[in-house]
Amino acid sequence: MKNIVIVGSGTAGTMMANKLRKALSKKEWTITIIDKYKSHYYQPGFLFIPFGTYTQKDVIKQKDAFIPDGVNLIYAEVDRIEAEQSRVLLTDGKIYNYDYLVIATGCQTRPEETQGLKEANWYKNIFDFYTIEGAVALHEFFKDWQGGRLVMTITELPFKCPVAPLEFVFLADAYFTKRGIRDKVEIILTTPMAGAFTKPKATAMLGKLMAEKNIKLIPDFYVESVDSENNTLHSYDGKEVVYDCLTIIPVNMGDDVIARSGLGDDLNFVPTDKNTLRSIAYENIFVLGDASNIPASKAGSVAHFASETLLGNMLETIDGKPMTHSFDGHANCYIETGFGKASLIDFNYVTEPLTGKYPAPVIGPFTLLGTSRINHLGKLAFKTMYWEFLLKDRKLPVGNKMSMSGKKKD
Amino acid sequence: MAQKTYAGVVLDVTDEGYMTDKNLWTKEIAIAIAEEENISLNDSHFAVIDFLRDRVAKGETLTIRSIGKSGIVDIKGFYQLFPGAPLKLATRISGLPKPVSCV
Repeated sequence: MKNIVIVGSGTAGTMMANKLRKALSKKEWTITIIDKYKSHYYQPGFLFIPFGTYTQKDVIKQKDAFIPDGVNLIYAEVDRIEAEQSRVLLTDGKIYNYDYLVIATGCQTRPEETQGLKEANWYKNIFDFYTIEGAVALHEFFKDWQGGRLVMTITELPFKCPVAPLEFVFLADAYFTKRGIRDKVEIILTTPMAGAFTKPKATAMLGKLMAEKNIKLIPDFYVESVDSENNTLHSYDGKEVVYDCLTIIPVNMGDDVIARSGLGDDLNFVPTDKNTLRSIAYENIFVLGDASNIPASKAGSVAHFASETLLGNMLETIDGKPMTHSFDGHANCYIETGFGKASLIDFNYVTEPLTGKYPAPVIGPFTLLGTSRINHLGKLAFKTMYWEFLLKDRKLPVGNKMSMSGKKKD
Repeated sequence: MAQKTYAGVVLDVTDEGYMTDKNLWTKEIAIAIAEEENISLNDSHFAVIDFLRDRVAKGETLTIRSIGKSGIVDIKGFYQLFPGAPLKLATRISGLPKPVSCV
């Protein structure tokens, strides 16, 4: 018997477990997936919790429901990966040897990386919404809030779901409008980037939308520290922003197991070939999802599109053939813009988000880089798609490579 | 795409002024680009520039945080050397591509 071990049973690891089990003979291959937690979170749903659209039960299911028969699911903590010996050591002393390893350990928020952030006012008037605890605490806070200055801050790049802070300010605008206190809430977004987003056309479109909604953008703001006694954010170049409520995307880093194993960069992301998705350092290690350092969005859609490439390359490697599949960096993100509308962007390593229709030219039904009600419905419908299709590797009606079909180059 | 002359050398640069071929870079070119940004380069600047070029040559991604952890300069010092948007300024002066903020 040969062994494949997958470390991490989130979106990426679960998809790979399903794909590999279908593709490989049970007589020849043992597949083991290891994770320390039993709950699977639908992370895109966290965004809706502060505004009461979703509750906890919408976003949590048990992991075992998504792991197919014939895959060993182990709930345990990995102490470290010993890549030279091709084995995984658990904290309880068990050892799993592997022929091939898939690293799918994702990334997490690290509020302790920012001075003053996780202190007395954490979850009092300072919140993240990238954890279930933060999203729920923020919902409780918002329910009774009578207004003031709401500051949404991005501390560091890269971070998961790069459009989420934009969606957050758009949804906050709509939420406080509906509550009748929008005139009492000032909304500000600070970012270390030069604009609302990194790619020119999307930045222009989203920047315009922010101005229309009376949301102020403070670009090139790189947070040094939070002074929670005086409700003030400080940047490294001496700028200050005062807040009444601070919602923050803390520094995102890869899992500590990557650091303990000596497999990561400064932020614990695993150096990975952006096209083959194989580890730069080890030929029998592959990396899927947020755990890698590839220059693509840290988002479920990227992990999903990349999983097709990874499967192809792993199967070829197993057969002793050269890898012929190449990931193009494809990402596809709905952007909630409030009041029952959403925008959609579709892009890859080389093509920035463009206007047009998706997935079919002219008929769409989704509008790229514009806002529409059907985009919003697409975003809401995606929750079901995620649980029922994506994780279990059932066929979705879109290809994994980005297509220029339906896109306008100007 | 555009062309600019720095230190007497005609170079291809992007619309945002980043050199398209980092191998053509020299210290003299760095000094000339820095002058455009009203920065007068000293040894501290060049220590950072060497670090950035070395990291990029190794295929690593540049972030302000990683420079802060480099031991060469802390983040505050990095801002003092290249005021405003230090990573964008420093990479342009170093003849490197504009850093890709992972989207």
